[in-house]
Amino acid sequence: MRGRELCLDVRAVARRIARDIPDGAYVNLGIGLPTLVADCVGDDKEVVYHSENGILGMGPAPAPGEEDPELINAGKQPVTLLPGGAFFHHTDAFLMMRGGHVDVTVLGAFQVSETGDLANWATDDATHPPAVGGAMDLAVGAKRVLVMTTHTTRAGEPKLLPRCGYPLTAAAVVDRVYTDLAVLDVTAEGFLVREMVAGLTREDLQGATAARLSFADDVAVLEP
Amino acid sequence: MIDKRVASLADAVAGIEDGATVLVGGFGASGVPVELVHALLDQGTTDLTVVTNNAGSGETDVAALLRERRVRRIVCSYPRSTGSVWFEERWRAGEVELELVPQGTLSERMRAAAAGLGGFFTPTGADSRLAEGKEVRVIGGRRHVFEEPLPGDVALVKAARADRWGNLVYRTAARNFGPTMAAAATLTVVQVDEFVELGELDPEVIVTPGIFVDRVVRVGAA
Repeated sequence: MRGRELCLDVRAVARRIARDIPDGAYVNLGIGLPTLVADCVGDDKEVVYHSENGILGMGPAPAPGEEDPELINAGKQPVTLLPGGAFFHHTDAFLMMRGGHVDVTVLGAFQVSETGDLANWATDDATHPPAVGGAMDLAVGAKRVLVMTTHTTRAGEPKLLPRCGYPLTAAAVVDRVYTDLAVLDVTAEGFLVREMVAGLTREDLQGATAARLSFADDVAVLEP
Repeated sequence: MIDKRVASLADAVAGIEDGATVLVGGFGASGVPVELVHALLDQGTTDLTVVTNNAGSGETDVAALLRERRVRRIVCSYPRSTGSVWFEERWRAGEVELELVPQGTLSERMRAAAAGLGGFFTPTGADSRLAEGKEVRVIGGRRHVFEEPLPGDVALVKAARADRWGNLVYRTAARNFGPTMAAAATLTVVQVDEFVELGELDPEVIVTPGIFVDRVVRVGAA
């Protein structure tokens, strides 16, 4: 694709997502890259992070030597508990996720469709055992589902499609997609581009996208 | 007089039969009742259905059960992890059956069993291949899939402290599946770090009341 050199790095995408996390929100960040978002939310906001294994008020990684092997996040990495934090059992943790109590989740994706379908748990690779974890619970239950992904695969295949080819995590759940090229809302008319990196043309972006794009009247620059 | 304390790990797992469905607490390495699982291994119990979030890692607990071919079937949300070598080996060889369940559904199915419910409808997974073969119903304009209760013959749970009635408190995020599993099994066996006198646990903070607990055993420092 033309414009690959324009792509934002993941930290820039995380910074952009962090701007959309409201003060006071209860937030669950998916395993892997979405956890970078927590590092980018400014001190001007108070955000409560939820972890599926029974934590609210999860804090950053402990100092070396201070790790508690039982106090881990969904990715099984050591974390801390902030003042005001709470522990609770798994069924309550998922009640929060499934019952619409978590305000925002940020999830990775293999594919997103123009109707907001999300595919992020399985490919068609039958040589590895399947694993789903809490992906489906979060996708159907969080009030707002944000997706953090690259615009295309490493091989250059589009990830934003008319329909997902990979097995669905959930249908019609994604609200907004943040890629290394653009910020797009999922609307009744499909993907609506809100922001694009500087130097990229609309034709370039459409060329990297299998779904048909429409563009907001006031497309903003997606800052690096 | 009620005294659910048992003297040894062997006593704690005594009578667990071949073919049992065993709920095993833990999330990753947090809250796994490692010593109880090893006691089950030492007892030779086999042909197990194991319900657990992850399928073990390295050479301990559930991974050891898989290595020793004690597991016929595993009900699990995330069997793949760093070091889940024995699960993958047994799965690839077709020696263990996998039922993959979304994590919240896994937990809620056990809760349903604990609560005497005949199952529930949830949107989680309703539009996925995990709903194949299950009843789907539109409720409030949204597709929901029917999920059955998931009771255990046995639950193996790790907690921090217990009294002789089996009241439990846990440590940090090691609580995870413990309270739900304890309530969902016919025989609930708990390993703790410490026994305390009856009345010593603050009734305002007891997490699992003893009604859900059958045996408690102390592990670690004597």
